[in-house]
Amino acid sequence: MFTEESIARVAERHQEWDKLLAKRLEKAPERLERFSTVSDEEIKNIYTPEDISELDYEKDLGFPGQFPYTRGVQASMHRGRLWTMRQFAGMGGAEETNARFHYLMDHGETGLSTAFDMPTLMGYDSDSPMSLGEVGKCGVAIDTLADMEILFEGIPMDRVTTSMTINPPAAIMLAMYIATAEKKGVSRDQIGGTIQNDMLKEFIAQKTFMLPPEPSMRIIADTVEFCTKEVPRWNSISISGYHIREAGSTAVQELAFTLADGIGYVQACVDRGLNVDDFAPRLSFFFNAHVDFFEEVAKYRAARRMWARIMRDRFGAKDPKSMLLRFHTQTAGCSLTAQQPYNNVVRTAYQALSSVMGGTQSLHTNSLDETLSLPTEHAVTIALRTQQIIGEEIGVTNTIDPLAGSYFVESLTDEMERKALDYIQKIDDMGGILKAIDVGFPQKEIADAAFNYQRQIDEGEKIIVGVNKYQMDESLKVDLLTIDPVVEKRQRQRLAKVKEERDSAKVEACLKAVEKAALGTDNLMPHLIEAVKSYVTVQEICDCWRNVYGRYTDPGMF
Amino acid sequence: MSENRIKVLIAKPGLDGHDRGAKIIARGLRDAGYEVVYTGLHQTPEEIVATAIQEDVNVIGISSLAGAHMYLFPRIIELLKEKGADDVPVFGGGIIPEDDIPVLKKAGIKAIFTPGSPVSETVDWIKENVIAQ
Repeated sequence: MFTEESIARVAERHQEWDKLLAKRLEKAPERLERFSTVSDEEIKNIYTPEDISELDYEKDLGFPGQFPYTRGVQASMHRGRLWTMRQFAGMGGAEETNARFHYLMDHGETGLSTAFDMPTLMGYDSDSPMSLGEVGKCGVAIDTLADMEILFEGIPMDRVTTSMTINPPAAIMLAMYIATAEKKGVSRDQIGGTIQNDMLKEFIAQKTFMLPPEPSMRIIADTVEFCTKEVPRWNSISISGYHIREAGSTAVQELAFTLADGIGYVQACVDRGLNVDDFAPRLSFFFNAHVDFFEEVAKYRAARRMWARIMRDRFGAKDPKSMLLRFHTQTAGCSLTAQQPYNNVVRTAYQALSSVMGGTQSLHTNSLDETLSLPTEHAVTIALRTQQIIGEEIGVTNTIDPLAGSYFVESLTDEMERKALDYIQKIDDMGGILKAIDVGFPQKEIADAAFNYQRQIDEGEKIIVGVNKYQMDESLKVDLLTIDPVVEKRQRQRLAKVKEERDSAKVEACLKAVEKAALGTDNLMPHLIEAVKSYVTVQEICDCWRNVYGRYTDPGMF
Repeated sequence: MSENRIKVLIAKPGLDGHDRGAKIIARGLRDAGYEVVYTGLHQTPEEIVATAIQEDVNVIGISSLAGAHMYLFPRIIELLKEKGADDVPVFGGGIIPEDDIPVLKKAGIKAIFTPGSPVSETVDWIKENVIAQ
């Protein structure tokens, strides 16, 4: 973008400025010895054309909707359509969550997002001893299709898209969603949505695991193959950096490990004989929006450019849709503070702003009380309004990729890409992401970063307002949402009734068929759909898998 | 008696997978000179108490961030009592609403460290409240 001559002139002026600055600093030094991002990346005092002298507009940025998509995945971006405002919701039983869905839709939400309780996420039914005290606590409890039918009562499944944040039993939830829609007369090619279905980041970060990595990858590849053929509007994997970041990674690590996971999934599907352009357009991504504004914007821009090049150059994708990194964002749960909780509204707004200016397709804004419990209706309304203010009030959506061309942002984007590619190279050298996970490489990198950040907080090197600076004596006066213990009881009763009323011979036959497919190479999905239609429970299917494949247990490194 | 001989069990009860805090505490305590055993994730209260007894620890730290603390924490105290090991103090951490803290303390949890507590707070608490055998 610059000539050698113009860069040389800037360099001269830069030297003059350095002298001027040195004089100034003799009188009044800078506030800090070192300025760095929340991820501890050192930031210079000023960025100039010298920092982006190599940047080639056409090759590195291009236009929105054009390779390498640095400026956005669609041509019109947020001028055409705002991102999907998708608030993650789920608490108690299917009844309570269904009511929250209706509340959010009545207030302008445009897509649903389902949070499940821990037993459902881990493949246990509400009547399991493993589920004691956990039913409905951090999301909705789903044991059988009977619960799913209540959850989507009155929801137009042909018009609303639904995201389901679930991993080990993701294929089962997709089967239930298809079965519920079909019961309402909505065919599987009409439904749209996302299952998270990203087990690699579970081993790396979120730790909701059930089966060992290899069978986990097989089930994921089954869902990708099935969706490609039968559920064309479904996003089969949401490749997630969110949890990697929440576990304490840096922004670069989030970017690197997420794309390395993406490479792992694409490779697994290609290895099974799928054509990359048949499935890659339905892969989507999920990133964190942390507190460091510019670092986050740079991360999203780098991610788009990297994925486009990976898909084209590494996997030989021809369809431009295969190269698009479409992503959902959630503001950083780990950045919220229990202290002075109303400050969280402000934090969340800035984080959301970074994801909008970074070109997100979909966004969840955290509620101010989410560090304490699931959000109340009041808190979730403020969070949704935050998105609406960003989208329709403050003018940041008037132009596409407004931070492009900033010496700082472009330089930071390059830096993020370079450092993330180094990590991906390291993982390739280890033999791929499964091998890297096996030796604990990403896990250790993240634990080190988390520990380093905590040390910086404890020593006051990094500031969290209200926690290690500007503290106040206060008692927390925030209304919290509590889950009525009645939910657990009601859930068990419903499960008992379903078990009593269903055709047990059919249940047994369905489980046999699932087992046979699990032992062989048949795609599991048709068998799962049959099973859930016969009211086989989540745990019955998961127990079958656990018997066939064994379990994965935490190596417990720290 | 050197305080360095204090042996700590850090445990993750229940199905919750948030282990960032537990691991930071485990590392911080190790760096402070304590001997640390970490159970890893997804432990039942029974497994945690069995490990505590088998490893002969002086103090147990338990962490929960998924809302099941009101069942899991008191259950661990109850099991320790059953096994005659309730002389081992238990502290907790994680997402614990303020109203739950007095209830948990009454149930026998000696201290609760919520988000924002520096690692040194736990280190100091152990220094003051736990005696090595």
